Amino acid sequence: MKKTPLYELHVQAGGKIIDFGGWALPVEYEGIIREHETVRTAAGLFDVSHMGEILVEGPDAEKYLQKMLTNDLAPMQDYQVYYTFMCYPDGGVVDDLIVYKYNANLYLLVVNASNKDKDYEWLLQHRAGQVTITDVSDNYALFAVQGPNAQRILQDMTSTDLNQIKFFRFSSEVIIGDTPVMISRTGYTGEDGFELYLSPDQAPSLWQKILEQGQKHGLRPVGLGARDTLRFEAALPLYGHELSADISPLEAGLGHFVKFSKSDFIGKEALLRQKEGGVKRKLIAFEMLERGIPRAGYEVQADGKTIGYVTTGGIAPSLNKNIGLALIASDYAQEGQTIEVAIRKRSMRALIIPKPFYSKKYKKA
Amino acid sequence: MNIMKDLKYTETHEWVRLEGNRAYVGITDHAQSQMGELVFIELPVVDDEIGKGDPLAVVESVKAASDVYAPLTGTIIEINEELEDNPGAVNEDPYQSWFAVIEISDSEEIDELMDADAYEAFCQQEE
Repeated sequence: MKKTPLYELHVQAGGKIIDFGGWALPVEYEGIIREHETVRTAAGLFDVSHMGEILVEGPDAEKYLQKMLTNDLAPMQDYQVYYTFMCYPDGGVVDDLIVYKYNANLYLLVVNASNKDKDYEWLLQHRAGQVTITDVSDNYALFAVQGPNAQRILQDMTSTDLNQIKFFRFSSEVIIGDTPVMISRTGYTGEDGFELYLSPDQAPSLWQKILEQGQKHGLRPVGLGARDTLRFEAALPLYGHELSADISPLEAGLGHFVKFSKSDFIGKEALLRQKEGGVKRKLIAFEMLERGIPRAGYEVQADGKTIGYVTTGGIAPSLNKNIGLALIASDYAQEGQTIEVAIRKRSMRALIIPKPFYSKKYKKA
Repeated sequence: MNIMKDLKYTETHEWVRLEGNRAYVGITDHAQSQMGELVFIELPVVDDEIGKGDPLAVVESVKAASDVYAPLTGTIIEINEELEDNPGAVNEDPYQSWFAVIEISDSEEIDELMDADAYEAFCQQEE
């Protein structure tokens, strides 16, 4: 298994290590529910160094990425971050990612760890013009500091005014403690917070400093288990669940990040057909009306037939409910509609409700 | 990891406490620790007959659902309904938190269970 620079610290802190797509990472330190609540009410520190980073540079970088990505990079300002998809010609998703724009000649793509090699190959295969594409994943450790106290904690450690870094913006020249980092106001929890990119050899010392500094504001280390429950409550998609080669962004209800107004991009034709004809399946949110926990892969039924499947399910720690996301036939995808989830040998009733389950607390002003 | 000397164990991490021909069944400290916090438990139905190795109950953590298997063949004569309201009791005290009592129909199966030393060795080997 691959290890992040913080592996030894996770083990010392009592982290329960699991194999996460080939990476040895802590699923929890003191319990998923407690860690989840810590992020919702105070702040959590996550090691997400397994994420992949791919650098795209050169005079044709923007033109090339416009072809590869579904979002429109034309209005993007320097030091802005966009969420986007990279699609196959049939509209299926290669990956969902965030793009950091340094300038029109230099972009950093941050991709899912388990898709990184595939993404890199895909990008190389379609390389066009004067563009250099480099897998720089080994150059970065990545921390996420998330929760209502995240800014307060980091502000104590830097002379940079963090109010200057707005939602989905970044700065590449910030010193936290005495460590230079690239820092963005981004995250995957539904809370305000930051992500810090730094040199792997400085990661252990900064990790410990943030833990020490954050302690008085309730900050604790948080594992991958709570990362998943937090993003799930906020209905943020996870590749392999809500998005995949077989699920298009439009089916997942994320058409906002697909811009048909821009010129050609891979998947445009197929997605436009889906948009004009209407998608056959839609991603919906539901809550259980009976005592049972829905899980990914369970069948969803209505009128005595299978209409889809659960993409993510579980308990919502902040809401104390059993909830799920499911991809179902569009005919049934109306809020207020009752569906059934096949939980082991029984069909249990559930109600389609609005997304997200937990309203995001982003600091957008 | 806590292993009780006077209990019998299975390779699927259930413990068995024998009282005559009645077997109390639960999951081991090792099992609860692997699962993490339990949030839901589905118990069997009293009077149901069950075969050794059949699914007896379901335990669900935040992350996943797992089966608990019957260590012995017999009839379910009692279930611990308190666990349905308080699944966390299994995390706190796995050896007091029995799931069900099986009235054993084939006492020879008892010899196939592991004692505490054998179970400890089994867990170490699994790691």
